[in-house]
Amino acid sequence: MPTNPSRLAYFPGCAMKDQARPDELGTLQALALLGYEVEEIPRWNCCGTVYSLAQDDLMRHVGPVRNLVRVQGMGEKRVLTLCAMCYGTLTRSARFVEEPERLERINAFMDTEDDFRGGIEVVHLLTLLRDEVGYEKLASQVKRSLDGLKVATYYGCVLLRPREFAVDDPERPEVMERVVEALGGTPTVFPERMECCGAYLTVGRSDVVEDRAGRILRSARGNGADLVVTTCPLCQFNLDKRRPAGAPSLPVLYLGQILAWAMGVDEPAVAALLTDEPATGKPVPSGV
Amino acid sequence: MASELDLSRDRLDAPFARRVEELSGENPYACYQCGKCSAGCPFADYMDALPNQVLRLVQLGDESALDLSAPWVCASCLACGVRCPKGVDIAKTMEALRLLALRKGISPAPATPDRPCPQIALVGAYRKLTP
Amino acid sequence: MNEITVFIMGKGYRVPAGLTIMKAMEYAGYLLNRGCGCRGGYCGACATVYRLPGDYKLYADLACQTPVQDGMYIAQLPFTPAERPAYALENLTPDGATLLALFPELARCVACNTCTKACPQKLEVMDAVQSSLRGDIRQVAEFTFDCVSCGLCTMRCPAEISHHHVWQLSRRLNGAYLTPRAEHVKTRVEEIAAGKFKGELDKLVTMTKDELVAAYKARQIEA
Repeated sequence: MPTNPSRLAYFPGCAMKDQARPDELGTLQALALLGYEVEEIPRWNCCGTVYSLAQDDLMRHVGPVRNLVRVQGMGEKRVLTLCAMCYGTLTRSARFVEEPERLERINAFMDTEDDFRGGIEVVHLLTLLRDEVGYEKLASQVKRSLDGLKVATYYGCVLLRPREFAVDDPERPEVMERVVEALGGTPTVFPERMECCGAYLTVGRSDVVEDRAGRILRSARGNGADLVVTTCPLCQFNLDKRRPAGAPSLPVLYLGQILAWAMGVDEPAVAALLTDEPATGKPVPSGV
Repeated sequence: MASELDLSRDRLDAPFARRVEELSGENPYACYQCGKCSAGCPFADYMDALPNQVLRLVQLGDESALDLSAPWVCASCLACGVRCPKGVDIAKTMEALRLLALRKGISPAPATPDRPCPQIALVGAYRKLTP
Repeated sequence: MNEITVFIMGKGYRVPAGLTIMKAMEYAGYLLNRGCGCRGGYCGACATVYRLPGDYKLYADLACQTPVQDGMYIAQLPFTPAERPAYALENLTPDGATLLALFPELARCVACNTCTKACPQKLEVMDAVQSSLRGDIRQVAEFTFDCVSCGLCTMRCPAEISHHHVWQLSRRLNGAYLTPRAEHVKTRVEEIAAGKFKGELDKLVTMTKDELVAAYKARQIEA
């Protein structure tokens, strides 16, 4: 079935509809400006956040695969997600059921759905910008440059690990830095950019996550960053809301927010970092 | 008397190690205890046994691995697996240990929020820390 | 009489075909003190689970609404234990955080859809769980408007969610905070409080029985 290349089935995930709602709105507006018709998949369900690492835990794949069935039902071949965690579970489950015996078992279990036939590609905001839009086109679409704002690019775990599902080189990634550059910012590479924030430990061990968040934020600030960006709502929550007392106060934003602002979309959180100079209309860093 | 040394793992009688291997899909005997996993683990500071030590207990078929806090402090960030020179995905071994405990009714890790949490965190915690 | 065999709590009985499960149980001699309410499919008291011969599926339905079939194995579930934390509606905000704080087990949903398959009201139960998880209270209220709180989804849920209590809270939040106020009702209550209808009400109070009957018969009603 020929599909419209600018049409994108979209899996939001829970965070984008709740705590990260403002991030979603801006990012989707930016994608519209880049020419994408983004269509939310119907009746989607939670992806499960974390991928099951056990061999016998088929039930944990039902959620992600059910979403892929919905994408298939739309007649689409790929699905976009803005969340690193959703990207992890959806891509890995899509691969998991490539094995016919597993696919058969999961289809037999999901007896209320159409059989999943496989062949759905999962796209993350970063891979979309790199592989489809391209850094050059992205740069050419920028309405307001980030004008050298020093952006610490925080990957966390799921985007880079395990190796076979990584969006980039798991030890030397550059995709987020290249996107920041295309938007006119200065990427700040810092040692902790690939180190886990503590993820779900935030539920029962917020002490551990506070330590992690403090360390990551100090490293970012120590390397000169004005702000931290991430594509994971859980990282964003942990770095911001589990920020320990005395840790640097630099803002932690979703990557889509700086994308949106650069594309001309109203993003108060980014605007607060850049003050307009009326004479030239050119934004300058306010020196956070 | 045989003059050759039989170094096959088949001689090891460690049902626990086999069970962990079955559940994780990772061969614990591939590990040669270099410690790279522990060196790169962001949570090693909070563990009562380092990741390579956990793997050693599994190699020895020692079920006391189930009493450790380490698998419950592991956040499945997979830094260990990416760096393992032997390609052992240790996070999978940790998951197998968690599941073996959970399926026995042991769930030592707190899964009740000590502070407000968004659903993305709760979903993750419940999937990893509750049966 | 056309009789069939059903197995109630494991014991076989010959009962007339065409009865509901509830009537078949009473025909077999059961006296239903619990697990029996309105007998009309509204109260949700008579949750029942059954299997049919040669079928692996475990069916769930209301005993007062489901006809017996030959060879049916039946068990009643008069009550579903389910945790309902105390809350004061006026102290809550209508969002996902509220639902998750009171019912954190919502986050254990694995999207298996077993709840939906168990629902005698044919509600999209899993979709309601998912809407709860993302804080879409209005959607939850709409999905669960016809829930009879029978507890069958709750009994079948591997995530151990107390569905009907979440739905009740969601509908309360929706009604209290998210639904537009009925302005005409507010206006009328104010009018009543201000004494606009005092004369007519006083007149009713002083009428004789015959006058009341005559007035009742002469009232305007819908055709």
